Amino acid sequence: MKRSAHHPRKWLPHPRFSLFLLVLWLLMVESFAVAQILLGGLLAWLIPFGTQQFWLEQSSMHHPVRMVQYVFHLFVDIIRSNFMVAWQIISPQNKLKPGFVEYPIQLQNDFAITLLASTVTLTPGTVSAHITRDKKVLLLHVLHLTDEQALVEAIHLRYETLLQEIFEC
Amino acid sequence: MLLLEVLISLVLVLGALVAFIGAIGLVRLPDIYSRLHGPAKASTLGVGSILIGSFLFFTFFMDGISMQELLITAFIVTTAPISANMLAKAALHRKIPCAQGTQNAPVPRTDTQSS
Repeated sequence: MKRSAHHPRKWLPHPRFSLFLLVLWLLMVESFAVAQILLGGLLAWLIPFGTQQFWLEQSSMHHPVRMVQYVFHLFVDIIRSNFMVAWQIISPQNKLKPGFVEYPIQLQNDFAITLLASTVTLTPGTVSAHITRDKKVLLLHVLHLTDEQALVEAIHLRYETLLQEIFEC
Repeated sequence: MLLLEVLISLVLVLGALVAFIGAIGLVRLPDIYSRLHGPAKASTLGVGSILIGSFLFFTFFMDGISMQELLITAFIVTTAPISANMLAKAALHRKIPCAQGTQNAPVPRTDTQSS
Protein backbone atom coordinates (compact mmCIF):
# COMPACT_ATOMS: atom_id res chain seq x y z
CA MET A 1 0.00 0.00 0.00
CA LYS A 2 2.89 2.32 0.78
CA ARG A 3 4.36 1.77 -2.64
CA SER A 4 1.16 2.66 -4.44
CA ALA A 5 1.34 6.10 -2.86
CA HIS A 6 4.64 6.69 -4.66
CA HIS A 7 3.51 5.09 -7.88
CA PRO A 8 -0.06 6.08 -8.72
CA ARG A 9 -1.97 3.41 -10.62
CA LYS A 10 -1.85 3.70 -14.37
CA TRP A 11 -4.55 2.46 -16.68
CA LEU A 12 -2.15 0.84 -19.11
CA PRO A 13 1.09 0.32 -17.18
CA HIS A 14 2.89 -1.97 -19.65
CA PRO A 15 1.55 -1.59 -23.20
CA ARG A 16 4.14 -3.87 -24.79
CA PHE A 17 3.52 -6.58 -22.21
CA SER A 18 -0.23 -6.25 -22.83
CA LEU A 19 0.29 -6.75 -26.56
CA PHE A 20 2.46 -9.78 -25.83
CA LEU A 21 -0.26 -11.26 -23.60
CA LEU A 22 -2.90 -10.74 -26.28
CA VAL A 23 -0.80 -12.48 -28.93
CA LEU A 24 0.01 -15.25 -26.47
CA TRP A 25 -3.67 -15.76 -25.70
CA LEU A 26 -4.63 -15.95 -29.37
CA LEU A 27 -1.87 -18.47 -30.04
CA MET A 28 -2.94 -20.57 -27.07
CA VAL A 29 -6.60 -20.80 -28.05
CA GLU A 30 -5.59 -21.10 -31.73
CA SER A 31 -8.49 -18.95 -32.83
CA PHE A 32 -8.92 -15.41 -34.06
CA ALA A 33 -12.64 -15.21 -33.35
CA VAL A 34 -13.93 -11.84 -32.16
CA ALA A 35 -14.91 -13.36 -28.82
CA GLN A 36 -11.36 -14.60 -28.26
CA ILE A 37 -9.85 -11.26 -29.22
CA LEU A 38 -12.17 -9.53 -26.74
CA LEU A 39 -11.41 -12.03 -23.97
CA GLY A 40 -7.67 -11.90 -24.69
CA GLY A 41 -7.79 -8.12 -24.76
CA LEU A 42 -9.52 -8.04 -21.40
CA LEU A 43 -6.91 -10.35 -19.86
CA ALA A 44 -4.07 -8.44 -21.53
CA TRP A 45 -5.32 -5.29 -19.83
CA LEU A 46 -6.37 -6.80 -16.50
CA ILE A 47 -3.21 -8.78 -15.68
CA PRO A 48 -0.67 -5.93 -16.00
CA PHE A 49 -3.15 -3.57 -14.34
CA GLY A 50 -3.73 -5.84 -11.36
CA THR A 51 -0.08 -6.74 -10.82
CA GLN A 52 1.57 -3.38 -11.46
CA GLN A 53 2.47 -2.85 -7.81
CA PHE A 54 4.67 -5.92 -7.88
CA TRP A 55 6.68 -4.95 -10.94
CA LEU A 56 10.31 -3.97 -10.62
CA GLU A 57 11.69 -0.93 -12.35
CA GLN A 58 11.38 -0.89 -16.12
CA SER A 59 14.28 -2.45 -17.92
CA SER A 60 14.83 -1.86 -21.58
CA MET A 61 16.77 -3.90 -24.06
CA HIS A 62 19.29 -1.84 -25.97
CA HIS A 63 20.38 -4.48 -28.44
CA PRO A 64 17.58 -6.83 -29.54
CA VAL A 65 19.83 -8.46 -32.15
CA ARG A 66 22.29 -9.37 -29.42
CA MET A 67 19.38 -10.88 -27.52
CA VAL A 68 18.69 -13.24 -30.42
CA GLN A 69 22.34 -14.23 -30.35
CA TYR A 70 22.07 -14.80 -26.61
CA VAL A 71 19.02 -17.04 -26.98
CA PHE A 72 20.79 -19.05 -29.68
CA HIS A 73 23.86 -19.41 -27.43
CA LEU A 74 21.59 -20.59 -24.66
CA PHE A 75 19.78 -23.09 -26.87
CA VAL A 76 23.06 -24.74 -27.89
CA ASP A 77 24.22 -24.81 -24.28
CA ILE A 78 20.98 -26.37 -23.02
CA ILE A 79 21.50 -29.30 -25.38
CA ARG A 80 25.19 -29.59 -24.43
CA SER A 81 24.41 -29.42 -20.74
CA ASN A 82 21.80 -32.13 -21.02
CA PHE A 83 24.27 -34.57 -22.49
CA MET A 84 26.89 -33.62 -19.90
CA VAL A 85 24.54 -34.08 -16.96
CA ALA A 86 23.13 -37.28 -18.45
CA TRP A 87 26.67 -38.64 -18.68
CA GLN A 88 27.49 -37.59 -15.13
CA ILE A 89 24.36 -39.30 -13.86
CA ILE A 90 25.13 -42.66 -15.42
CA SER A 91 28.89 -42.59 -14.78
CA PRO A 92 30.24 -43.85 -11.42
CA GLN A 93 29.16 -41.56 -8.59
CA ASN A 94 32.36 -41.61 -6.56
CA LYS A 95 34.16 -39.67 -9.31
CA LEU A 96 31.85 -36.70 -8.89
CA LYS A 97 33.20 -33.75 -6.95
CA PRO A 98 30.23 -31.52 -6.17
CA GLY A 99 30.85 -28.09 -4.77
CA PHE A 100 29.57 -24.59 -4.20
CA VAL A 101 30.99 -21.54 -5.96
CA GLU A 102 30.43 -17.89 -5.17
CA TYR A 103 30.03 -15.96 -8.39
CA PRO A 104 30.61 -12.19 -8.20
CA ILE A 105 27.85 -10.44 -10.15
CA GLN A 106 28.76 -7.34 -12.11
CA LEU A 107 25.34 -6.71 -13.61
CA GLN A 108 23.31 -3.90 -12.09
CA ASN A 109 19.88 -4.52 -13.53
CA ASP A 110 17.48 -6.85 -11.66
CA PHE A 111 16.02 -8.33 -14.81
CA ALA A 112 19.49 -9.01 -16.25
CA ILE A 113 20.51 -10.73 -13.01
CA THR A 114 17.40 -12.91 -13.18
CA LEU A 115 18.28 -13.85 -16.75
CA LEU A 116 21.85 -14.69 -15.72
CA ALA A 117 20.70 -16.86 -12.80
CA SER A 118 18.23 -18.75 -15.01
CA THR A 119 20.87 -19.18 -17.69
CA VAL A 120 23.31 -20.61 -15.20
CA THR A 121 20.72 -23.15 -14.09
CA LEU A 122 20.03 -24.24 -17.67
CA THR A 123 23.68 -24.61 -18.65
CA PRO A 124 26.35 -27.27 -18.04
CA GLY A 125 26.54 -28.67 -14.54
CA THR A 126 25.56 -25.58 -12.55
CA VAL A 127 22.44 -24.58 -10.63
CA SER A 128 22.06 -21.14 -9.10
CA ALA A 129 21.11 -21.65 -5.47
CA HIS A 130 21.11 -18.33 -3.71
CA ILE A 131 21.70 -14.65 -4.22
CA THR A 132 22.86 -12.30 -1.50
CA ARG A 133 20.63 -9.43 -0.47
CA ASP A 134 22.94 -6.80 -1.95
CA LYS A 135 22.75 -8.61 -5.34
CA LYS A 136 26.50 -8.92 -5.54
CA VAL A 137 27.11 -12.63 -5.10
CA LEU A 138 25.37 -15.56 -6.74
CA LEU A 139 25.87 -18.90 -5.01
CA LEU A 140 26.09 -21.78 -7.49
CA HIS A 141 26.01 -25.49 -6.93
CA VAL A 142 28.26 -27.35 -9.35
CA LEU A 143 27.81 -31.04 -10.00
CA HIS A 144 31.45 -31.66 -10.86
CA LEU A 145 33.75 -28.88 -9.71
CA THR A 146 37.34 -28.98 -10.93
CA ASP A 147 38.51 -25.40 -11.44
CA GLU A 148 36.58 -22.71 -9.61
CA GLN A 149 38.32 -19.74 -11.24
CA ALA A 150 37.90 -21.12 -14.75
CA LEU A 151 34.18 -21.66 -14.20
CA VAL A 152 33.63 -18.11 -12.96
CA GLU A 153 35.54 -16.76 -15.94
CA ALA A 154 33.63 -18.95 -18.40
CA ILE A 155 30.26 -17.75 -17.11
CA HIS A 156 31.44 -14.17 -17.19
CA LEU A 157 32.77 -14.32 -20.73
CA ARG A 158 30.00 -16.41 -22.22
CA TYR A 159 26.93 -14.81 -20.67
CA GLU A 160 27.51 -11.87 -18.42
CA THR A 161 29.40 -9.71 -20.94
CA LEU A 162 26.63 -10.30 -23.48
CA LEU A 163 23.96 -9.37 -20.93
CA GLN A 164 25.95 -6.29 -19.98
CA GLU A 165 25.91 -5.22 -23.60
CA ILE A 166 22.21 -5.94 -24.06
CA PHE A 167 21.05 -4.04 -20.99
CA GLU A 168 23.95 -1.58 -20.88
CA CYS A 169 24.67 -1.95 -17.21
CA MET B 1 6.25 -38.79 -45.17
CA LEU B 2 7.91 -41.98 -43.99
CA LEU B 3 11.08 -40.04 -43.34
CA LEU B 4 9.10 -37.58 -41.28
CA GLU B 5 7.53 -40.38 -39.28
CA VAL B 6 10.97 -41.79 -38.53
CA LEU B 7 12.18 -38.35 -37.47
CA ILE B 8 9.18 -37.86 -35.17
CA SER B 9 9.72 -41.29 -33.61
CA LEU B 10 13.41 -40.54 -33.05
CA VAL B 11 12.65 -37.25 -31.35
CA LEU B 12 10.03 -38.90 -29.13
CA VAL B 13 12.40 -41.71 -28.12
CA LEU B 14 15.19 -39.22 -27.42
CA GLY B 15 12.85 -37.20 -25.22
CA ALA B 16 11.76 -40.28 -23.31
CA LEU B 17 15.38 -41.36 -22.87
CA VAL B 18 16.48 -37.97 -21.53
CA ALA B 19 13.55 -37.86 -19.12
CA PHE B 20 14.40 -41.39 -18.00
CA ILE B 21 18.02 -40.47 -17.31
CA GLY B 22 16.81 -37.44 -15.38
CA ALA B 23 14.69 -39.78 -13.25
CA ILE B 24 17.69 -42.06 -12.66
CA GLY B 25 19.59 -38.99 -11.53
CA LEU B 26 17.00 -38.36 -8.85
CA VAL B 27 17.72 -41.80 -7.42
CA ARG B 28 21.49 -41.97 -7.88
CA LEU B 29 22.79 -38.52 -6.99
CA PRO B 30 23.86 -38.10 -3.38
CA ASP B 31 22.12 -34.98 -2.02
CA ILE B 32 19.30 -32.54 -2.72
CA TYR B 33 21.60 -29.99 -4.36
CA SER B 34 22.95 -32.48 -6.90
CA ARG B 35 19.50 -33.89 -7.49
CA LEU B 36 18.29 -30.50 -8.65
CA HIS B 37 20.56 -30.78 -11.69
CA GLY B 38 18.49 -33.60 -13.16
CA PRO B 39 15.04 -31.98 -13.24
CA ALA B 40 16.41 -28.53 -14.03
CA LYS B 41 18.07 -29.66 -17.24
CA ALA B 42 17.05 -33.15 -18.29
CA SER B 43 13.39 -32.26 -18.02
CA THR B 44 13.90 -29.22 -20.23
CA LEU B 45 15.36 -31.20 -23.13
CA GLY B 46 13.25 -34.29 -22.45
CA VAL B 47 9.92 -32.51 -22.46
CA GLY B 48 11.25 -30.21 -25.18
CA SER B 49 11.98 -33.07 -27.59
CA ILE B 50 8.63 -34.73 -26.96
CA LEU B 51 6.92 -31.41 -27.65
CA ILE B 52 8.91 -30.96 -30.86
CA GLY B 53 7.74 -34.41 -31.92
CA SER B 54 4.17 -33.45 -31.13
CA PHE B 55 4.57 -30.16 -32.98
CA LEU B 56 5.85 -31.90 -36.12
CA PHE B 57 3.11 -34.53 -35.99
CA PHE B 58 0.21 -32.14 -35.58
CA THR B 59 1.62 -29.67 -38.08
CA PHE B 60 2.20 -32.16 -40.88
CA PHE B 61 -0.36 -34.90 -40.28
CA MET B 62 -3.26 -32.91 -38.86
CA ASP B 63 -4.63 -29.68 -40.24
CA GLY B 64 -2.94 -26.39 -39.43
CA ILE B 65 0.17 -25.33 -37.60
CA SER B 66 0.20 -26.25 -33.96
CA MET B 67 1.66 -23.43 -31.91
CA GLN B 68 0.79 -24.67 -28.44
CA GLU B 69 3.79 -26.99 -28.20
CA LEU B 70 6.19 -24.15 -28.87
CA LEU B 71 4.49 -22.10 -26.17
CA ILE B 72 4.73 -24.96 -23.67
CA THR B 73 8.45 -25.31 -24.48
CA ALA B 74 8.99 -21.60 -23.89
CA PHE B 75 7.13 -21.74 -20.58
CA ILE B 76 9.12 -24.74 -19.35
CA VAL B 77 12.45 -23.17 -20.28
CA THR B 78 11.56 -19.99 -18.41
CA THR B 79 10.02 -21.57 -15.30
CA ALA B 80 12.21 -24.65 -14.66
CA PRO B 81 15.26 -22.62 -13.50
CA ILE B 82 13.13 -20.57 -11.14
CA SER B 83 11.60 -23.57 -9.41
CA ALA B 84 15.05 -25.19 -9.15
CA ASN B 85 16.38 -21.98 -7.64
CA MET B 86 13.56 -21.82 -5.09
CA LEU B 87 14.13 -25.46 -4.09
CA ALA B 88 17.86 -24.82 -3.61
CA LYS B 89 17.12 -21.68 -1.61
CA ALA B 90 14.69 -23.56 0.63
CA ALA B 91 17.24 -26.35 1.16
CA LEU B 92 19.97 -23.84 2.05
CA HIS B 93 17.63 -22.00 4.38
CA ARG B 94 16.77 -25.21 6.23
CA LYS B 95 20.48 -26.14 6.26
CA ILE B 96 19.89 -29.53 4.70
CA PRO B 97 23.29 -31.27 4.71
CA CYS B 98 25.08 -31.78 1.41
CA ALA B 99 27.00 -34.83 0.25
CA GLN B 100 30.32 -35.97 1.57
CA GLY B 101 33.23 -34.20 -0.09
CA THR B 102 31.31 -31.15 -1.28
CA GLN B 103 33.71 -28.24 -1.71
CA ASN B 104 33.10 -24.82 -0.08
CA ALA B 105 29.95 -26.15 1.55
CA PRO B 106 27.86 -23.40 3.17
CA VAL B 107 25.79 -26.05 4.97
CA PRO B 108 26.94 -29.03 7.05
CA ARG B 109 28.23 -32.04 5.16
CA THR B 110 26.97 -35.51 5.91
CA ASP B 111 30.49 -36.63 6.86
CA THR B 112 30.86 -33.91 9.52
CA GLN B 113 27.51 -34.66 11.11
CA SER B 114 27.36 -36.92 14.12
CA SER B 115 25.04 -39.75 13.29
